[in-house]
Amino acid sequence: MFKSLIAGTVLLISFGTSSAQTVKIGELNSYKVFPAFLEPYKKGMELALEEINGAGGVAGRKLELVIRDDGGTPGDAVRVAEELIAREKVDVLMGTFASNVGLAVANLANQRKILFLASEPLTDKLVWQDGNRYTFRLRPSTYMQVAMLVPEAAKLKKKRWAIVYPNYEYGQSAAESFKKLLAQAQPGVEFVAEQAPALGKIDAGAVVQALADAKPDAIFSALFAADLQKFVREGNTRGLFRNTRVVNLLAGEPEYLDPLKDETPEGWWVTGYPWSAINTPAHRKFREAYEKRWHDYPRQGSVVGYTAVYAVANAVRKAGSADTEKLVGALKDLQMPTPFGPIVWRGIDHQSTMGAYIGQLAKKAGKGVMVNWHYADGAKFQPSDEQVRALRKEQ
Amino acid sequence: MSGPAVLLQFLNGLADASSLFLVAAGLSLIFGVTRIVNFAHGSLYMLGMYAAVWLAERIGFWAAVPLAVLAVGLGGALIEMILLRRIYRAPELLQLLATFAVVLIVRDLALWAWGPVDMLGPRAPGFAGAVTIAGRSFPQYDLLLIVVGPSVLALVHLFLAKTRWGILVRAASEDREMAGALGVNQRWLFTGVFALGAALAGLGGALAIPREPASLGVDLALVADAFVVVVVGGLGSIPGAFFAALLIGEIKAFCIGLGYSKLTLVVEFIVMAIVLVLRPWGLLGRASPPARATAWQGETVLVSLSRRSLLLLGLLAAALVVLPAFAGEYTLVLLTDVLVFALFAASLHFLMGPGGMASFGHAAYFGLGAYAAALVFLRLAAPMSLAIVAAPLAAALGAVVFGGFCVRLSGVYLAMLTLAFSQIVWSVAFQWDEMTGGSNGLIGVWPAQWLAAKTAYYYFTLALCVPAIALLWRAIQSPFGYALRASRDSPLRAEAIGINVRAQQWAAFIVAGAVAGLAGALFAFSKGSISPETLSVPRSVDGLVMVLLGGVQTLTGPLWGAALFTWLADTISRSIDYWRAAMGAVILLLVLAFPEGVAGAVQRWRPSR
Repeated sequence: MFKSLIAGTVLLISFGTSSAQTVKIGELNSYKVFPAFLEPYKKGMELALEEINGAGGVAGRKLELVIRDDGGTPGDAVRVAEELIAREKVDVLMGTFASNVGLAVANLANQRKILFLASEPLTDKLVWQDGNRYTFRLRPSTYMQVAMLVPEAAKLKKKRWAIVYPNYEYGQSAAESFKKLLAQAQPGVEFVAEQAPALGKIDAGAVVQALADAKPDAIFSALFAADLQKFVREGNTRGLFRNTRVVNLLAGEPEYLDPLKDETPEGWWVTGYPWSAINTPAHRKFREAYEKRWHDYPRQGSVVGYTAVYAVANAVRKAGSADTEKLVGALKDLQMPTPFGPIVWRGIDHQSTMGAYIGQLAKKAGKGVMVNWHYADGAKFQPSDEQVRALRKEQ
Repeated sequence: MSGPAVLLQFLNGLADASSLFLVAAGLSLIFGVTRIVNFAHGSLYMLGMYAAVWLAERIGFWAAVPLAVLAVGLGGALIEMILLRRIYRAPELLQLLATFAVVLIVRDLALWAWGPVDMLGPRAPGFAGAVTIAGRSFPQYDLLLIVVGPSVLALVHLFLAKTRWGILVRAASEDREMAGALGVNQRWLFTGVFALGAALAGLGGALAIPREPASLGVDLALVADAFVVVVVGGLGSIPGAFFAALLIGEIKAFCIGLGYSKLTLVVEFIVMAIVLVLRPWGLLGRASPPARATAWQGETVLVSLSRRSLLLLGLLAAALVVLPAFAGEYTLVLLTDVLVFALFAASLHFLMGPGGMASFGHAAYFGLGAYAAALVFLRLAAPMSLAIVAAPLAAALGAVVFGGFCVRLSGVYLAMLTLAFSQIVWSVAFQWDEMTGGSNGLIGVWPAQWLAAKTAYYYFTLALCVPAIALLWRAIQSPFGYALRASRDSPLRAEAIGINVRAQQWAAFIVAGAVAGLAGALFAFSKGSISPETLSVPRSVDGLVMVLLGGVQTLTGPLWGAALFTWLADTISRSIDYWRAAMGAVILLLVLAFPEGVAGAVQRWRPSR
């Protein structure tokens, strides 16, 4: 604790030496509620910041990060965002993890007319039903990630599907999108069971049993974190996965895959991040810089944090200033490179086209890895522009 | 469901019940003797998990379990000796505040020691596979758990029934003071019981690791479940806890088996509400005679504010009025939060202090108000003023219904029933997507244009909070308030002189609920959005912490508590990495230094009145 106190103080000092010239990014996130994702996320941000400022900053100004813990609740997050706006006078808001927090901050950003770059929250509503002029989102949404998995699910040619998801908005909309998209891709598909355990509180034995009793050919799961680990272990013990194919959102992200170790179920189709195997020049450069800086390998969160800071930098560079309205204009249709390859910030709904890696889980030396993977470009997994316009009330 | 499916789900229920019972048994034991509502019980369970996973990687699972149990038991003993022992004489429920601080510290301690990534433990050697039952695979380890639960029940029962120490424990559960008067060394008895209860929590955690990973969120998720089991079974009754665990484990398993998995979100709270309504002391609990040591003993009667205090409060109000001329925008945002929470805490204090009814679910009324305001504003497109009026009405309506049931109970049973109702309301808001926006909540709840500026909204909040708080204080000094306090201090005598005790308490619920609802509406419009978080257990706990921090036996305490807590959370979370631990440490220091609350301490130092 003492060490981290010192580290915190050093951070404060290094970030606190602001001049009037810096572009201030107000980053708020639930660091102590979702530390597994957000500690690597913070490291990713800091790496990007060092790189950008080391190269002289953007538009003649250095970037500055003001990092705050949002307490994990919308109410606290809104207050923290107000502090960043009013007291810190930040130019941009960035961050948030949970969807309800992301939506609350987006709502505030719209009211206070400040740019909000939502890095992680996955809810479709953030850019569609509740989308607003000032909110942009980096991660592929729930809908996009489901759409990326559906082609693989359809290729399995299984008729009877069971569905399991954590009972809150992310899981509900994942299940809904999956049913809709798979039924389109594979007419005649049946959904024979649906289990929606409370987030973080799955009774894995009973859920696995109930799924097995429905005798599905395949399972779609949106479980992650502790729920996923419990589900996998029970399913392995009870032989649920022996004759049943599984498609699982997010399970290939190192944050959720690594704890599974020798329990890793082989052959599952997942979205994730095979960090060790991606050898594009852009990713290799990122990975080497990250490993050199932190003596640790990058996680999904690292890429998100790193790319989010770069997105702000690129927007400022294109706008030539940190004026909010100019930044909004600059971010629309902004193209930029990322460790995953080039992305575009769609002007139509402020969603970036950052994609995800689709692949199958496998065990290597007692550890989970992704194999047979490919990159799914987010640009290709969107509803039609008319549908997007219909969902977005603002336009 | 087919026959084999029913059998298998029954076995699943048994296995879950066993692990639930292990945690609940320790909690029940601790409560039975020390009367401590131990919020940290889930943290002890979590420590058991982490310790067991960490040890199992080094010395193997079966050696790790007893060591983890021992370590957590020792940890429990230390908590009792260093912390709780100092505050047994403090007003009731203060120990709750202390254990809440322990929760905060332990969570950050685990993060610091074991890192942020979940740790999935090994399978138990010898019980790693599955057996075939009715043509289906069932984990061997679950069979083991099914045996362990009843075995622990038998051991604890034998221990309590046959050993000398067990007899002393039972004596102390029956009547602490009498046991003390007969020469039982209570200090070591309490330490021993707390250590044993902690060890049982550690055992529950250690035995859970073949089934679930050690992760940072389990502490609070688990302690709520454990409390439900203890209360449904009857406080202090170990067999009761066992039956309650069975009941809840089986109901959950069959909810899942029959395809009603969404019900598991709240089913244990529904069970608790039904049980408490039908059997006010749980399944196997007994109506306890008012225990001498836990009564509101030695309380200074809430006196009306002295002239000097009124003057000081008037000055404070005046300062709040002129403040916007000097303060920055964010200070006003923060102060608006402080005012809203002060109002919320004052309404809770009205129930807890003069009413003598601790509520663990006061967020229900805060959230009902917030949702009512937001729904009237968004769905009916009504003006903000109407939304603000609707909030206390909706919350009062909730209090009419829930309070009516709650006032039939007392003490922790009452508190737990309030918790059950708040969880039921929470789950409705969480599930009812079309109406409440589900887990995401509702956005776009912004105040009217003339209140859009932070200064304007601050004045608006001030203009509603000050009269509302004054009204609560006036009510305490009114005949109604006196009757309420009489009902708290001596229900029998109050009845004898013609006071309808339950009616007074019911009215108190309604008043407190309405005021909390107003606070909720002000909160919603200050944030622009609401989510089920406004109804959640942490929100209720925050309210409790504010009241206890300020001092439950003072009039102004909740205000200071709310201000202190909100300011601390804001400041500490900004400047310290491990801010939760720091927050816990500050609360612990305050608890030890001012067991009667901050305002209580001030009162004590100023005896000239």
